[in-house]
Amino acid sequence: MKPRILELRKAVLDKNDEIARTLRARFEAAGVFVVNLVSSPGAGKTALLEETMRRMVERHWRVAAIVGDLATENDARRLARSGAPVRQIETGGLCHLEAELVARRLEGWALEELDFLFIENVGNLVCPSDYDLGEALRVVLFSTTEGEDKPNKYPPMFYSADVVVLTKMDLAAATDFDYAGAVANVRTVAPHAVLLETSARTGEGLDRWIEFLVARHWEAATATSAAPAR
Amino acid sequence: MHELSIACNLVEIVEEAARAAGAVRVTRVRLRLGDLAGVMEDALRFSFPVAAQGTLAEGAELAIERVPVRVFCTQCNADRTLTPPFVYRCPECGASRLQLLQGRELQVESIEIEENHNETAHP
Repeated sequence: MKPRILELRKAVLDKNDEIARTLRARFEAAGVFVVNLVSSPGAGKTALLEETMRRMVERHWRVAAIVGDLATENDARRLARSGAPVRQIETGGLCHLEAELVARRLEGWALEELDFLFIENVGNLVCPSDYDLGEALRVVLFSTTEGEDKPNKYPPMFYSADVVVLTKMDLAAATDFDYAGAVANVRTVAPHAVLLETSARTGEGLDRWIEFLVARHWEAATATSAAPAR
Repeated sequence: MHELSIACNLVEIVEEAARAAGAVRVTRVRLRLGDLAGVMEDALRFSFPVAAQGTLAEGAELAIERVPVRVFCTQCNADRTLTPPFVYRCPECGASRLQLLQGRELQVESIEIEENHNETAHP
């Protein structure tokens, strides 16, 4: 029996992309600005987010977070200290978040009542790069306790970044962090990315980072409302 | 390691298409895999049979065509191929203003299926 060939030409992650597109439309309609934070484990996603959310809540922004974690609820507990609503996705071993997991976790949440939603991805510089979560902004964290060649080692992730945030700037001197080399590497792999520097511990750069988020949220909101009705 | 979940997505797509076509078995799956797709070929090859167990794709051959990373350099005004470790810079002139043309593919091109004997009894 001769086998028949079926042409498919279908992206393997088509289903994820489709759900992500639906999510993005939902986020835009609700006017919530969604930020997907990715980095290697220990680069400081939770610390940055904890301090960011605390400051934003103080300034009366309506923020919330979804946290992906393999097994524990520690990160969610830390973030909840900011007073903002936090939901946890325990991935049970899955190394990244998928759009469907996010969609499921959003159930019963009034997105219209939020200005910002942060998604803290699973600590991993490989797998999350392929999975669109419907975010408006993808932020890759890169800490000064990592090698300055991280962007060159994980080009797909850095290439997919809208923003690269250098974290733990207060430790740069102690770790002999090659700052110039790191910046050059980010510029090479992700020339389009906005580069920011922060320290969640000293507060360095946090206001600038928040102002940047607010400006981008504002841009997105005005672009959506100015778009011609279809 | 997200190759297993990718393999599951792959098998899901393959099985859906095969079922719709009335196949009884999938014998071959042709996949295009970009060098910058962030997917390890070996891990995917290892995961595929596991994901395919108990489906129409069980026992199918996974044929992987690698897609090299091609960019367009706006400075040279020409297409270039990037080689590992894929530093995002033109290999000829060193410029970083590049447009990615290909290399992130993760796509099922086609599948080979066997159909029911009775229905395929054409001359």
